Amino acid sequence: MSGKYETVIGVEIHVELGTKTKLFCGCSTDFGSEVNTQTCPVCLGMPGALPVLNEKALEFAIKAGLAMNCHVNEHSIFERKNYFYPDLPKGYQISQLRQPLSTNGYVMINVDGVEKKIGIRRIHLEDDAAKLIHSGDGEIDESVNSSVDFNRGGVPLIEIVSEPDMRSPEDMKAYCETVKSILEYIEVSDCDMEKGHLRIEANISRRKIDDHNIWTDRSEIKNLNSVRYAMRAVEYEVDRHTKALEAGTTLVMETRLFDVSRNVTRPMRSKEEAHDYRYFPEPDLVPIEPSRDWVEELLNSLPELPHERQRRFMEDYVLPKHDATLLTSDKKLANYYEECIKICNQPKIVSNWLLNELIALMGNAKQTIDECKITPELFAGMMRLIDNGTISGKIAKTVYEEMFNTGKSAESIVKDKGLVQISDESEIIKIVEQVIAENPETVQDYKNGKKNSIGFLVGQIMKVTKGKANPQLVNKLLAEKLQ
Amino acid sequence: MDLCHLTAHELHDMLINRKTSAIEIAKSVFQQIDKIESVIHSYITLTRENAFETAEKVDKKIASGENISPLTGIPMAIKDVMCTKGILTSCGSKILSNFIAPYDATAVKKLKDQDVVIIGKANMDEFAMGSSTETSYFGITRNPWDTNTVPGGSSGGSATSVSSGEAICSLGSDTGGSIRQPASLCGVVGLKPTYGRVSRYGLVAFASSLDQIGPFAKDVTDCALILNAISGRDEMDSTSVDLSVPDYTKSLINDVKGLKIGIPKEYFIEDGMDPEVTKSVQDAIKLLEKLGAVCVEVSLPHTDYGIADYQIISRAEASANLARFDGTRYGYRASDSDSLMDMYKKTRSVGFGSEVKLRIMLGTYALSSGYYDAYYLKALKVRTLIKGDFDKAFEKCDVLVTPTSPTPAFKFGEKMDDPLTMYLSDVFTVNCNLAGIPGISLPCGFSSSVLPIGLQILGKPFDEETIFRVAYTFEQNTDYHLKRPQL
Repeated sequence: MSGKYETVIGVEIHVELGTKTKLFCGCSTDFGSEVNTQTCPVCLGMPGALPVLNEKALEFAIKAGLAMNCHVNEHSIFERKNYFYPDLPKGYQISQLRQPLSTNGYVMINVDGVEKKIGIRRIHLEDDAAKLIHSGDGEIDESVNSSVDFNRGGVPLIEIVSEPDMRSPEDMKAYCETVKSILEYIEVSDCDMEKGHLRIEANISRRKIDDHNIWTDRSEIKNLNSVRYAMRAVEYEVDRHTKALEAGTTLVMETRLFDVSRNVTRPMRSKEEAHDYRYFPEPDLVPIEPSRDWVEELLNSLPELPHERQRRFMEDYVLPKHDATLLTSDKKLANYYEECIKICNQPKIVSNWLLNELIALMGNAKQTIDECKITPELFAGMMRLIDNGTISGKIAKTVYEEMFNTGKSAESIVKDKGLVQISDESEIIKIVEQVIAENPETVQDYKNGKKNSIGFLVGQIMKVTKGKANPQLVNKLLAEKLQ
Repeated sequence: MDLCHLTAHELHDMLINRKTSAIEIAKSVFQQIDKIESVIHSYITLTRENAFETAEKVDKKIASGENISPLTGIPMAIKDVMCTKGILTSCGSKILSNFIAPYDATAVKKLKDQDVVIIGKANMDEFAMGSSTETSYFGITRNPWDTNTVPGGSSGGSATSVSSGEAICSLGSDTGGSIRQPASLCGVVGLKPTYGRVSRYGLVAFASSLDQIGPFAKDVTDCALILNAISGRDEMDSTSVDLSVPDYTKSLINDVKGLKIGIPKEYFIEDGMDPEVTKSVQDAIKLLEKLGAVCVEVSLPHTDYGIADYQIISRAEASANLARFDGTRYGYRASDSDSLMDMYKKTRSVGFGSEVKLRIMLGTYALSSGYYDAYYLKALKVRTLIKGDFDKAFEKCDVLVTPTSPTPAFKFGEKMDDPLTMYLSDVFTVNCNLAGIPGISLPCGFSSSVLPIGLQILGKPFDEETIFRVAYTFEQNTDYHLKRPQL
């Protein structure tokens, strides 16, 4: 049955740009300030107030377009999107519909080692709504009272609309992560999901692979504030659409919300009832006509992007694609890696440490690379201890974790905890003899040809030495003794 | 003559020559207000205390020998559609009947910077929607020339305050004729500058692509002085244009020799035109010719589409501009609502008057899915054609001369029941807004019942200078502007 249908997914991502001030006024965009302290007549929609475009926001939006291979249009316009809601002080959002800033781009994604091109239909600029705070549970009409915090109102957003080029939740995940990574690389957004910098909407439908005329009406799933939720929501929808296709029932085209606690999506409002937004050109703003020179300059100013860096890592550091992809997906991790390489030129080994140890430690501690206590210098110090035989690779893992927690140098950790490797043959030989004496049966097994029983003996030796015995020496001496 | 009936430039001369004081001028104006305001009703709000405070400050400045600007100490009225910090800014509407503006409109701020004495906020059609000031929530304003007739609109209060001596001059706003038509009906001079000449920041929007702030005054010289004060690029208004502002008083030249005056044949129609208006305007043209101007007939072939075009564009923009009046953050909010939607509906049903609601509905319709192309998009195309008409006409002439309004002031209620007839009051003024060009109205005669008649002079974009020159020359050779209504 699987393989009979395919999923068609298109994604819209709203990204809060990291400008200091709002899109159409000079108010600060700082997150977490006291409510309604970052407002002015413009972002409060006071009578007579007029918007003035923030040049920096335009620059950031153009950069995003260029980094995703879009055409930056010579002429684009703002339009008013009209609807009533208390979080929308003007009664309309200033957005772009018919002539968006950038069009026709793409990004390359990588799923299970396979590269895939995902089209970007358009990227446009718009202002964010304010934040509603309801007392009590539920939506506005169920709450006792509702308040509006206008600090977020007017913060610049770009909306990145993909082509429906994704065929699986994994494609979507890779796409979202690639877009996020590009935006971080070009430093136009902090992309902090917890602060709502990135909001994902997924459009999904299913169709028969061999007959595209048999398909389900799409669902639009709104306000997914993490890639993980987006995945879960889309997986749920894939299942729902498949069941509908198999049962021959029809689904209505509708907007659905993902219920995080119950892991399901539920309908929000059907498209049939959807608003008529009555878009029309915003008369208070002049058309956006960026000069070719400026766009060229912005293009030339773009930093190395994730896929370029990945390619470079594979060439310069001879890393496998898997390592290069993971390391470069996060700009800061990639920077950190390159800092480490500068003072400890063992690219693959360094990569192993970061990908196998550091990422897990950071995940458990909910830390970011910025907060990491292991400076490249500390890391190089530990590598030196391994190289000169002071500690074994196994001990190093303990040392590494301790460095991660405390920020102390490897030398001092090894000294404090007595973790110096035992490389004294005479000392090891005593223990080897002791273990052989204590395990005659295993020794007999070995001599009878069960060569892998040597592993047990090594383990016993390591146990006695608390892992500090030099493994090469243990292996060598044990083999000699068992001859 | 009482000080309140003099012009700003006359009073300025008196101030610098210590022949009077700002306090004396303010007193004269308020005496006139106390005498006639109960009949005329030019104002929604009077700011007497602030006015005398400013006047006192001005007198101190003069006494200490400081240089003063041409408008320093001059009493002015501000149409209640412009934000004035700390003062009610109602737009003539119930929905803003408690709205104290938290900031000054740029034009107002520029006047305050010159220490203009602000007398109060002038009455107007609700949200500047009307041609008679009859749609104001705060009651009607009467024409000082005949208190049974309307003052025109929407800037009715701005016109009557100047005409009756309740202010020396004033600011109004013009979206389809809202300065020029009341100026014409009240016998004063009113100018709509080129779109983008004056900042719209703080002007509560009716139709953003058409609105423009401009002056009312008793003569062309005062108009030029006010335009000097309020013009220029404003960082707060993206549509204000970054062009240097000339000193408009340099254009006050009593000479039109060699200037080419275009007479658009579409503006001299029989239908709906008062013959007395036609005659006065034709006499005015003859006078200009006599003074050396060369008259050429021109054609603006898309003139007839102007009113319809204006209806669509202005209503569409208004439907969005007025969306912010929803009872959430400021202004009137209906009580006893049981849901959000209910609050919106009740607030807006009760808060807006019927003309405003009519326009919001028309605009909403014109922008609706399925109608956008047929109405709004087509209207934008027609607008381009209308603008093209003017561009072509101005290849042949320096200014256009037309009537401002097809009739003198009409009676209260005469056109209120028939919006389409009311809209025709704007037939000669709307195309100027659609094209974004400047236009002035100045007195050019009186009807047999002694109602003022206005002459409209339209100019090329950002060429207010030539308009001033022609208007000044006409004024210097006539005395219509010197007549005052008997009250």
